[in-house]
Amino acid sequence: MPVTFSRQGAVRGALDVLPLTVAALLFGMAFGLLSAEAGLSVIEATLMSALVFAGASQFAAMQIWAEPVPVVTVILTTFAINARHLVMGAVLAPWLRPIGRLRALGSLFLMVDESWGLSVAKMKSGATDAAYLAGSGATLYMVWATGTIAGRLSGGLVPDPAAFALDFLPLALFLALLMTFWRGPGSLVPWLTSAAVAFAADAAAGPGWPVLLGAIAGALAGAVTDSRREYTRP
Amino acid sequence: MRLDPTIVLTILGMALVTYAARAGGFLIVQWLPIGPFARRFLDHIPGATFAALIAPAVFAGGPLEWTGVVITAAIARYAGNPLPAMLAGVAVVAIGRQLGAG
Repeated sequence: MPVTFSRQGAVRGALDVLPLTVAALLFGMAFGLLSAEAGLSVIEATLMSALVFAGASQFAAMQIWAEPVPVVTVILTTFAINARHLVMGAVLAPWLRPIGRLRALGSLFLMVDESWGLSVAKMKSGATDAAYLAGSGATLYMVWATGTIAGRLSGGLVPDPAAFALDFLPLALFLALLMTFWRGPGSLVPWLTSAAVAFAADAAAGPGWPVLLGAIAGALAGAVTDSRREYTRP
Repeated sequence: MRLDPTIVLTILGMALVTYAARAGGFLIVQWLPIGPFARRFLDHIPGATFAALIAPAVFAGGPLEWTGVVITAAIARYAGNPLPAMLAGVAVVAIGRQLGAG
C-alpha cells in the first residue's frame, strides 16, 4: 500500500498522543519555572521552547545556565543530548521518503521521543498515513510552548508532575510500546543490552548519553545476533 | 521584555544542532546506501531506544514503581494498543503514592 499524508493520519496522531499532553503541559510549566530562575525573559524562554522543542536538553541548559551564558557548552550539550534523533529519523524513512521533502522536513522538526515512539509502532503495524507523525508532534509542540508560557505566568505555582505519577507516564508509554515489539526471548538480547548500557551510562555520564549509548549498543547487539543466526542456519 | 543577543544566539545554536539531528539521520539514509547489517541495526533501534529510555528510571524506582512496570508490561502484552496499559500503570503508581507507599 502506498504511503499517504492526509488529515486523517494527522488527527489520528493527535488523538493517540492526547494522554501524554497533560504530562507535557506540566513539564513545559516546569521548564518555564526553571527559565525564570535561570534569568531568561518570557520571550527568550518561549523562543527556546518554540525553536528547540526538546525537553531534556532544555532542562540541561537551564542547569548549566550562568552569567555570562556558556554559549558553546550549552550548544554542545544540547547536541549530545539530542543526537539520538539521528537514528530516530532514519528509522522513519519508509514514511518520510514518499511524502516529499517539505513534508518530511516539517514532520521531522516536530519529532520528539513520544510522537516518534507512537509513530514507529504505528508504521510497523502497517499503517501508511505518515501525517500521523506530524499530527502527534504538532500537538505536543503546541502543548509544550503553552506550558512554557503558562509556567512563566503562573508565578511559580507549578503543579508537581510526580503528585499524580505523571512522571511515570512516559515510562509507561515506552514500556507499553516496547511490549508490542516482543518477538520472543530473542528480543531480550538487544533490550537487556540497551538497559545495561543505559544504566551504566546514567551512573557515569550526563543526560542524553544513557539513551544514545544504550540504543546504539542494544541495536548493535540485536543486529549482530541476527547476523549470527543467519550464518548458523543449516 | 528583553531579548538578549547572546541568549538568542545560544537558542539559535541549540535549535540548529537539534534540527540537524532530527533531519540529519533521515537525510543520511536518503543519500547513502545502507547494507543489510545497517538495516538490521535500524530495525532494532526502536526497541533498544525504548529500553534505554526507561531503564534508568526503572532501576531508580522502588517497589511501587516496579509494580507499575509489571502491570503496564502485562496489560500491554495482551492489549491491542498501549493506552490501557499506560493508564493502568500510572493509576497504580498514583494511588500507591497517595496511600503513602511511594
